[in-house]
Amino acid sequence: MKAINSLILVLALIVIAMLGAGALGIEYLFGVIIPYLAVFIFIVGFITKMVGWGKSAVPFRIPTTCGQATKSLPMFKDKWSRLDNPGTKLGTIGRMFLEVVLFRSLFRNTRVELHPGQYIAYSSSKWLWIFALIFHYTFLIIVIRHLRFFTEPIPGVIVFLDQVDSMLQILVPPLFISSALILVALGYLLLRRFFVPSMRYISQPADYVPLFLIISIVVSGMLMRYVGPFKTDLMPVKELAMGLVQFSPTVPEGIGLTFYVHFFLFSVLLMYFPFSKLMHMGGVFLSPTRNLPNDSREKHHPNPWNYPVKLHTYEDYENDFREKMVEADLPVEKPLEEMAEETSENDEKKE
Amino acid sequence: MAISKPDVLYRNISHKPPETNWMDVPLEIKPGRYCYAADPEPLEYVGMPNPRKWNPLDDDWKLPENWKETVISGMKERLEKFRSFKVFMDICVRCGACADKCHYFIGSGDPKNMPVLRAELLRSVYRGEITKAGQILGRFAGGRELTENVLKEIWYYYYQCSECRRCSVFCPYGIDQAEITIIGRELLNLLGLNIDWIAKPAANCYRTGNHLGIQPHAFKDMIDFFCDDIEEITGIRPEPTFNKKGADYLFITPSGDVFADPGTYTCMGYLILFHYLKEEYGMDITWSTYASEGGNFGFFTSHELMKRLNAKMYMEAKRLGVKWILGGECGHMWRVLHQYMDSMNGPPDFLEVPVSPITGTRFQHAASTKMIHIVEFVADLMKHNKLRLDKSRNDNLRVTFHDSCNPSRGLGFLEEPRYVINKVCNNFFEMPLETIREQTFCCGGGSGLNAGENEEIRMMGGLPRANAVKSVRDRHGVNMLANICAIDRATLSAMMAYWQPDVGVTGVHEMVGNALILPGEQERETDLRGEPLPGKEEDE
Repeated sequence: MKAINSLILVLALIVIAMLGAGALGIEYLFGVIIPYLAVFIFIVGFITKMVGWGKSAVPFRIPTTCGQATKSLPMFKDKWSRLDNPGTKLGTIGRMFLEVVLFRSLFRNTRVELHPGQYIAYSSSKWLWIFALIFHYTFLIIVIRHLRFFTEPIPGVIVFLDQVDSMLQILVPPLFISSALILVALGYLLLRRFFVPSMRYISQPADYVPLFLIISIVVSGMLMRYVGPFKTDLMPVKELAMGLVQFSPTVPEGIGLTFYVHFFLFSVLLMYFPFSKLMHMGGVFLSPTRNLPNDSREKHHPNPWNYPVKLHTYEDYENDFREKMVEADLPVEKPLEEMAEETSENDEKKE
Repeated sequence: MAISKPDVLYRNISHKPPETNWMDVPLEIKPGRYCYAADPEPLEYVGMPNPRKWNPLDDDWKLPENWKETVISGMKERLEKFRSFKVFMDICVRCGACADKCHYFIGSGDPKNMPVLRAELLRSVYRGEITKAGQILGRFAGGRELTENVLKEIWYYYYQCSECRRCSVFCPYGIDQAEITIIGRELLNLLGLNIDWIAKPAANCYRTGNHLGIQPHAFKDMIDFFCDDIEEITGIRPEPTFNKKGADYLFITPSGDVFADPGTYTCMGYLILFHYLKEEYGMDITWSTYASEGGNFGFFTSHELMKRLNAKMYMEAKRLGVKWILGGECGHMWRVLHQYMDSMNGPPDFLEVPVSPITGTRFQHAASTKMIHIVEFVADLMKHNKLRLDKSRNDNLRVTFHDSCNPSRGLGFLEEPRYVINKVCNNFFEMPLETIREQTFCCGGGSGLNAGENEEIRMMGGLPRANAVKSVRDRHGVNMLANICAIDRATLSAMMAYWQPDVGVTGVHEMVGNALILPGEQERETDLRGEPLPGKEEDE
């Protein structure tokens, strides 16, 4: 149900683009206004979210330590653990690098199986890690590849990336490996939500919407490149893109409808981004269990909102138990006699 | 409620969730899985809100009139006070990596014990009541209204999380359910929704200095009683000091070690060690009856109560004028000391950077907090051959080591206990890698959940640990499960009795106490438990 609703939502977006840019002919809205708005919302939304997180305090050092502490006796130092339990800033940068670039924690993933005869097995389970890596990196490559539309002359790096990505030389024009791989990865990410019962149980529309949205973006892009009736002349598309980056937008004639669908869906993705789970892209950098060094016994880290609290002092304690303490030969600050005198003095004063 | 036999319980575990949307699955508070409600008295004693008699099985939880506003404004406040909370509310992608990492999920199959879903219980309220998207789109944006039933569900499942952080190891963004549970429980405590097994020890600790409510004279009596036993076994009577002003070092350990078997044997180990250090090296360590608790049940209640209970350690160290503090074997105690104490109640400038008076080793990594773990202190002594040990006295033990959640995932205290164990026993075997070190499993009763009435969920949660012990028992004949945590010693004992009755539980310092040769001691016939030492069995 959640998946169907999400799919309907994305299909509705496609219809909106088709009606708007096609039947109603308001190409300017879909080619210029919405994309500008989307970029604006993305940038402002992203920054606002990051600043919002950044403003929230970090009262305690709570790294999740995933290896032997490096700040321990020299006899226990283990040079590999400094990346899983760093004690220094440099080590923490290393840990974050592995986390962000190689998805270190996901690499640890295991799968639990309960077998008959009370035997529990844990097996390494790297599929999620592999497909997550494929998805993120192919997405990155595709985004970089698209910069060819927004640059003139096209930087050598992008031309080179294009050549490498299409080096298999199958289909005409040659198939981009990244496009094929991203579909495979997205398929995996989607199908596990359909078919793994626990995944189906925890999945929300907020998980299906971005998947359907990105799949639709990829498919519409591929249709424009490979499939006869959808093929789009790239010259006017480039003209539109260059107009946008040079802030002199024009909407040239002869851009196919598929392009507007593609462009609109991507605009929606940008607008949706700051308000969604996709913000994990920024949030991962601010996660206190990962981005703090494990040095909280060595260095003092003040809590910015630390405040005085009500305490039960030793004096309160001794007052409570003095007699018993004296009886048990435990040392006391105030002997019993003094107490007795004080009480009688107090009594006298009262009188 | 009687709990079913282990094989029946095991057979009935199903990891298949229902087909219904989880938000529509009605809450059922199952006996055996929840803890009794906190009585009003302990809440009153520490000044927590809404003290009253209530019962989780009743419809009416006697919530204060404005309970909903209290929770929502409490959430808003904590979103700004804890970046962890704010980020963790926003960035989960529900990838499911954490789902089968929780011991309570593995053992119970209850899908709301998957960390991701336990977090969603609160996250859905955050979305539905606080974020704009959730307020407008409701369920489609994963939001829901905070109703009494939602609150009850959060209560039920947030007291089925032992704050062990295993999920956090596997999360690609480091989302830590422990952190969410800690804050969730803090919100529940705004409404007086604590459990008895946490509220009472916390109040006891506030008044008497320890969770068990042991008063000063009784505390001393108990230690004297251990000294009697030690004298009987070794012929030598340790002479510990209490509340001694001008002592060089203060020792603080969880009070469970003073009160409950088999922790008491660990406590005897400390006493033997301290006597040895005093006789051989003149090291003057004192115990405090005021700061007689290493553990901190405030940590399971609220950040504020944690700070109030923890403050005693530094106050007492200052009053007695010691150089630095030595801490006993305990799990969550050490997380509080390592990650919270200095920021809450430090820095203690009146103390010195810990230096071992015997080896001269400077514990630079504790330079600010000025408190070191007895296991690292002893490891250093052993490294420098400062202890005379007879390993063979532990030859009847075939030992494996259970990493406690907090020392492993909150400190990275992994090699220290292994080093000490290997110095005092000849037969040590590791459990499978996926169940130890940073991937270790909870004992099933951490974070204040070691009550009697929730036995079923404790045995379920203990299953992954018990099963890993089973594997080394079957392969290597392991008969002893060592650990460095007082809650482990209590919880694992019951848990092993249920799943693997032929394996015992011991603290590391019990083994140290057995192996350590006191100057002038008589030939020992028994270990600290009064059982014949290896080779002495025939003499009976």
